[in-house]
Amino acid sequence: MTLSQRSLDHVKSASFIVLLFLAWEVSCVLFGISPIVLPPPSTVISTLIVQMPALWPHILQTLLTTMVGFLLGMVIGVALGAIVGVSRTAYNVAYPLLVGFSSIPKVAVVPIFVLWFGSGTLPAILTALTTCIFPIVVNVATGLATTEPEMEDVLKALGANRSQVFWNVSLPRTMPYFFASLKVAVTLAFVGTVLSETVAANRGIGTVMMMATASFDVPLAFAGLLALALLGILLYAVFAVIEQRICGWANRKQEFAMG
Amino acid sequence: MEAGLTSAMPTSRIAQLENVNVRFGKGSNAFLALDRTNLTVHPGDFVAMVGPSGCGKSTILKLVAGLLRPTEGHVFVAGREVGAERIGIGMAFQNPTMLPWLTIRENIMLPLKIVQPYAATFRRDKRTVFYDRAEGLLAKVGLTGFGDRRPWELSGGMLQRANLCRALVHSPKLLMLDEPFGALDQFTREELWSILQELWMETRPTVFLVTHDLREAAFLASRILVMSARPGRVTEDRQVDLARPRTLETTFQPEFTDLTNDLRRLIVEARQAKEPAQ
Ligand SMILES: Nc1ncnc2c1ncn2[C@@H]1O[C@H](COP(=O)(O)OP(=O)(O)OP(=O)(O)O)[C@@H](O)[C@H]1O
Ligand SMILES: [Mg+2]
Repeated sequence: MTLSQRSLDHVKSASFIVLLFLAWEVSCVLFGISPIVLPPPSTVISTLIVQMPALWPHILQTLLTTMVGFLLGMVIGVALGAIVGVSRTAYNVAYPLLVGFSSIPKVAVVPIFVLWFGSGTLPAILTALTTCIFPIVVNVATGLATTEPEMEDVLKALGANRSQVFWNVSLPRTMPYFFASLKVAVTLAFVGTVLSETVAANRGIGTVMMMATASFDVPLAFAGLLALALLGILLYAVFAVIEQRICGWANRKQEFAMG
Repeated sequence: MEAGLTSAMPTSRIAQLENVNVRFGKGSNAFLALDRTNLTVHPGDFVAMVGPSGCGKSTILKLVAGLLRPTEGHVFVAGREVGAERIGIGMAFQNPTMLPWLTIRENIMLPLKIVQPYAATFRRDKRTVFYDRAEGLLAKVGLTGFGDRRPWELSGGMLQRANLCRALVHSPKLLMLDEPFGALDQFTREELWSILQELWMETRPTVFLVTHDLREAAFLASRILVMSARPGRVTEDRQVDLARPRTLETTFQPEFTDLTNDLRRLIVEARQAKEPAQ
């Protein structure tokens, strides 16, 4: 029952997207909107296809930068999250700092990275890293810090030491939090990369879009947006599948609870 | 001095509280949860603790299980001051806390992974001896065939049966039960009384049972402690000599109903005693 329910949801979601594009196309024609302001999706898609050979290196550049920043963010994020989550003191001390850090608009740190490292790939990687790291740290820390008190009592009464509690309970129960954060983090890393590329780089989708808007090639700018959206969806989907594989129990539990 | 006390303690006591005070909170919020409590429990006792809510029943369980240190006084378990050595106490709460990423069988075998001597051979025995042990327990609580299920596929009553299995799988000397049947319907509860009694009669662990159900206490316990409200104190210590195995018929006998009525009166008194203080 749940399976057909889910495929039905997929169909609904796909038709919603198609409808949205249709509405966009139709209103462009109906209201005679100039392609300089808002190109119809047909133009955007054909531009994307026609320009693909020229766009491809930039797409690859953005993708690689994002993945490097994201992987670094994941490693550092897990380490920080583990430190913050395992010790209550670290949690209390570090949390305000993390919140403060996360509220800094990342666009503000790009010039600083450029100042330090020059323009190019390195500031883009660092921006991706700083953009995506916060949800990972918070989720890992939350997962580790919130073991059910009764479960902890049961284990302690049995004589379990800290590492036994960690391997048997804390780590597995953190997994769903961790993967949920990865899905979000990977799309955020994208935002960071493109942000940095639009400010200071000569390669990448961000740069292409900057140059396209500067020369009023609006369809190309939109093609860049479309490429970004598609890549974002792709990466999100990859991590959603991995998540489902590794901690499907968390989802099935929810499904059951919802009836 | 403590060492002297330890060695002087006769082995016929599995758990002992000596002048134990437990204080919670700090400054003006501080209050005494447990007041100069003395208690001696012998191996194989089935002790039920009843009393008004907040009187410190769970606190006593936690003291004996080594989850809480007394503010003053001493707690001894198996001849040693608590905290010195872990003896693998079985514990079950009202909330069954089965881990959702494990099957029911894996959940039940979890203590074997932690408590010695089982832990040493866990990798080797989990598919043979320990597997059979889990299956045997599942059969006793009426969950044959549910070992491979996941916790979310079981009802509350079934989870609580599995919870009992997990608490007992490593044949603990001490079993701590904190309102284990509190969330179950009357019929399931009475069925689980009989199952628990049977399991207890087989291996005779020492049991501490906290309950709000006076019939449950009278049905299961060989000894009932009635506690007074804040600060908690044991005000009544009663042997229950009803023959075993007790059945539902036992609960209709006059000795049984007299006992539960007595307990009810004692708890009402304990509750009234606290009113003026509040
Ligand atoms: N960790 C804690 N910090 C502060 N106060 C606590 C703590 N644990 C228990 N108390 C207090 O100590 C008193 C005794 O608590 P305890 O949990 O032992 O009561 P109880 O007899 O088990 O009650 P109930 O029947 O409602 O479960 C209560 O007043 C409770 O508020
Ligand atoms: Mg309690």
